[in-house]
Amino acid sequence: MNAWLNRYIGAPTLFGLMGLALVLVGVLQSWSLALTIAIYCVIGAIMALGLNVQWGYAGLFNVGLMGFAALGGIAAVLVSMPPTPEAWQAGGSGIIASVLLSLATLAVALLVYQRMRRGRARMWAMVLILLGGYLITRQFFDPAVELIEAVNPAATGYLGGAGLPIMLSWVVGGFFAAGAAWLIGKITLGLRSDYLAIATLGIAEIILSVLRFEEWLTRGVNNVNGLPRPLPQEIDLQQTAWVQEWALRLGTTVPDLASITVKLGYLGLALGVLLLLFWLAQSAIHSPWGRMMRAIRDNETAAEAMGKDVTGRHLQVFVLGSAIIGVAGAMLVTIDGQFTPNAYNPLRFTFLIWVMVIVGGSGNNLGAILGGFLIWFFWVQAEPIGLWFMDVVTGTLPAESWLRAHLLEGAAHIRLMVMGMILLLVLRFRPHGLIPERSERPHSLRR
Amino acid sequence: MSFLIAEHMTGGYGGSDILHDCTIAVEQGQIAVIVGPNGAGKSTAMKAIFGLLNLRHGQVRFNGEDIGALSPQQRVLKGMGFVPQTHNVFTSMSVEENLEMGAFIRRDDIRHSLEQVYALFPVLKEKRRQPAGQLSGGQRQQVAVGRALMTQPKLLMLDEPTAGVSPIVMDELFDRIIEVARSGIAILMVEQNARQALNIADKGYVLVQGSNRYTDSGAALLANPEVRRTFLGG
Amino acid sequence: MDDILNALALFTNFVLLPAAVYGSQLALGALGVTLVYGILRFSNFAHGDTMAFGTMIAILFTWWLQAQGVSLGFLPTALLAIPVAVLVTVGFALLSDRWVYRYHRVKKAPAVVFLICSVGVMFLLNGIVRFVIGPGEQHFVDGERFIFTVAQFREFTGLERGIAFRTSQALTLVSALVIVVALFWFLERSRTGKSMRAYSDNENLALLSGINPERVVLITWVLAAALATVAGVLYGLDKGFRPFTYFQLLLPIFAAAIVGGLGSPLGAIAGGFIVAFSEVLVTYAYRQVLDYLGPEAWEPVGLMQLLSTDYKFAVSFVILVLVLLIRPTGLFGGKSV
Repeated sequence: MNAWLNRYIGAPTLFGLMGLALVLVGVLQSWSLALTIAIYCVIGAIMALGLNVQWGYAGLFNVGLMGFAALGGIAAVLVSMPPTPEAWQAGGSGIIASVLLSLATLAVALLVYQRMRRGRARMWAMVLILLGGYLITRQFFDPAVELIEAVNPAATGYLGGAGLPIMLSWVVGGFFAAGAAWLIGKITLGLRSDYLAIATLGIAEIILSVLRFEEWLTRGVNNVNGLPRPLPQEIDLQQTAWVQEWALRLGTTVPDLASITVKLGYLGLALGVLLLLFWLAQSAIHSPWGRMMRAIRDNETAAEAMGKDVTGRHLQVFVLGSAIIGVAGAMLVTIDGQFTPNAYNPLRFTFLIWVMVIVGGSGNNLGAILGGFLIWFFWVQAEPIGLWFMDVVTGTLPAESWLRAHLLEGAAHIRLMVMGMILLLVLRFRPHGLIPERSERPHSLRR
Repeated sequence: MSFLIAEHMTGGYGGSDILHDCTIAVEQGQIAVIVGPNGAGKSTAMKAIFGLLNLRHGQVRFNGEDIGALSPQQRVLKGMGFVPQTHNVFTSMSVEENLEMGAFIRRDDIRHSLEQVYALFPVLKEKRRQPAGQLSGGQRQQVAVGRALMTQPKLLMLDEPTAGVSPIVMDELFDRIIEVARSGIAILMVEQNARQALNIADKGYVLVQGSNRYTDSGAALLANPEVRRTFLGG
Repeated sequence: MDDILNALALFTNFVLLPAAVYGSQLALGALGVTLVYGILRFSNFAHGDTMAFGTMIAILFTWWLQAQGVSLGFLPTALLAIPVAVLVTVGFALLSDRWVYRYHRVKKAPAVVFLICSVGVMFLLNGIVRFVIGPGEQHFVDGERFIFTVAQFREFTGLERGIAFRTSQALTLVSALVIVVALFWFLERSRTGKSMRAYSDNENLALLSGINPERVVLITWVLAAALATVAGVLYGLDKGFRPFTYFQLLLPIFAAAIVGGLGSPLGAIAGGFIVAFSEVLVTYAYRQVLDYLGPEAWEPVGLMQLLSTDYKFAVSFVILVLVLLIRPTGLFGGKSV
């Protein structure tokens, strides 16, 4: 069956089927919905691409995607929201002092680490410096935070952003994620796959905790709403003449057409980013750098023996992949128009994207993108399909039946089960994914 | 008919053959030694006899029975003991536990066998509660051999038992092996230290490139000028 | 003198006791993880949700028992449900091995594949638990809540501050002790237990010794599922049941197992307590304790808390990274990286 799949169903067919599915949604449900799904599919595909760069090029098992996406998201907030002057007046100096103190502590610690000789004395010195620096910093930090969060907590209660155009955050988000990845990679990249997985999982948790609880920076669980939009709002479009004219001509309502137009705009933006990143990723893998990465991946010990700096290369790949994920995270928040820390659920995020990569084709960029589309589409549609299915199944039960209510309520969770089944089935029957790497062997999922 | 006879063995690990029409035989109470240059297929021959790889041609008969179809575990049940060259003890378990594991397939009272092994290797009795991983190389080899002996084998196969061991320990080990053979157990040994091994061998097999080159008694091989020149350094 | 006793009472009530209880819960969870790692040689990311699954079954059975009017007096009825829950969870674990993991084991797939499979199983369990019992909090605790309350303690000792000892805490400590002793007896003294240790130590040699691999695998899953269920129920009795919490426990549990040394049961237990105590010690607000112990004139500013409790998981994580960098085989030298 695998051979048949390979021969008759190539990448174009699969993408075509995907497109068909979206069209069907448009026809059967609504075009607005189809476009929304398509937009999120593209973002999912970009995240899958970023992950695939790490997994396929270097075999890095990153389970901390959520953290990097969230960093991209907070970039959108920090770049585009207007600053809160009163907050800056009240606590700005305290925060700046804390930052400088922390940096000073780290610098001193680093100096001591390098100057002193290995041994107990050095270890104790480090502990004292770090602890002392931390406690002193807290003396400045805590009061500043209190003051900032007291400024109009309902609407702001945080420092605010830079007030720049939001599209800039798509790049800034990439840098945030890349920076974090560099730090994290420096520390953890020597570890073996399952250890790296747990370490990255932990880091994502920490990043999320910071974003959730440092309200002075991010508003925490109060969320940041009303982010500036890069494209015109639907409401504004509804007033324009040409929208009203075309609505008449096409036989749709004005709000509908406005909505579709805006969504097409976002879809165009997203697709543009996706194509650009895909082109960059493909060029990279066919370049000499890419060939070296593949050589390292296929035989790490040999590469190291030849003098290649394996950890350094892994770091490069880790940073690049995370940057891509950061960009996607920024895009997500931009299109949502709001930043909600609690929405970053590891199942919906990290593990779902892993399913995308595995199902689509591990190690293959095109496969990752396809996987992104497919799995996201399925994830979204599974709920209405599940509900419909449950409706049919429980149709025979009386309307007030507890069982019926319970089953309908639980329909949403069926998609978790189905997602798990899909992953397991793919791993068993088609571990290379839907679009297997052809010239390049996928990274050791098969011996 | 020999107690163990593996004849016309041809085969390898997958693609190409390592053994070509190789024949090994051992009698009860006899010490047979396989020597030869590196890559001659010595370990391969032993592994083939034990069933760790499939033979394309040839058969292995043990105690009159054709055991070609049996898995290694089944061959252990038939009375074959095997001491691998490396990773041949449970490093995190005590010496006594290692010996207990050796006797895992046995359902009867193993205390007698335990005492026999301790009598053969007194230092093991001393260190029986220590984790095997903490012992010296030579002592570990003793644990490994003891573990195999706990299965009450009729044939004991040892893959380079003196690898990485000091000469004094090697002598001691060989002494023990002679003792074991005297109790009626057939011994088949692959050895890199050809001279010392042939010294204690009743039968010697010199393998070159997977086939028998010289087959004779240990003493005869040691005296053979050809053998001395090519393998024993003159 | 009174000051010191008061400080001690506070410290025991808010640090020592909760950390010991939490440590026991983590230890039980980490034992399951370390057994699977040592014998099946992969990190089982589905372990947290296996705990949730087991607890869910226990809760359902407990509700049924409660509806029948069955009760255990001052002990929670859930204890009666544990055997049933263990049976069902073991059944699930064995099925998952038969249908998911065995195929890859036969194919000698690399460890990463098993890890990803466990993610799939995790999704499955997540969905099942939420589908059957819902994602929200569930109440199933009954029986006496306290063995003695703060008020009773204060009355008895005459101190200003008191210690409360909850039934769930006592249960956790006692159960954990019993289970650990039983498990160690099994591993150290019984023939089967030793064969499992041998298999974990050196698979090839174990096979050569005639140890049956399928049997070892079976027992491993049975133990892991049982441990997960019991740990899950004890945790649920102590801190309430919400499916998501069990997923979050994955990080501290793995941290505990790794700190102690993956594959080493003793390490899992030590690791559990180390992680638990660190988490609690670092996030406790020492203000009141310092109030009693410090000189009269000195007024502590603020809560005197090293890290806010929101960052609990950061503590496990930092410990984990430190151990991985300094001593990757863990404290008790389990399987190395």
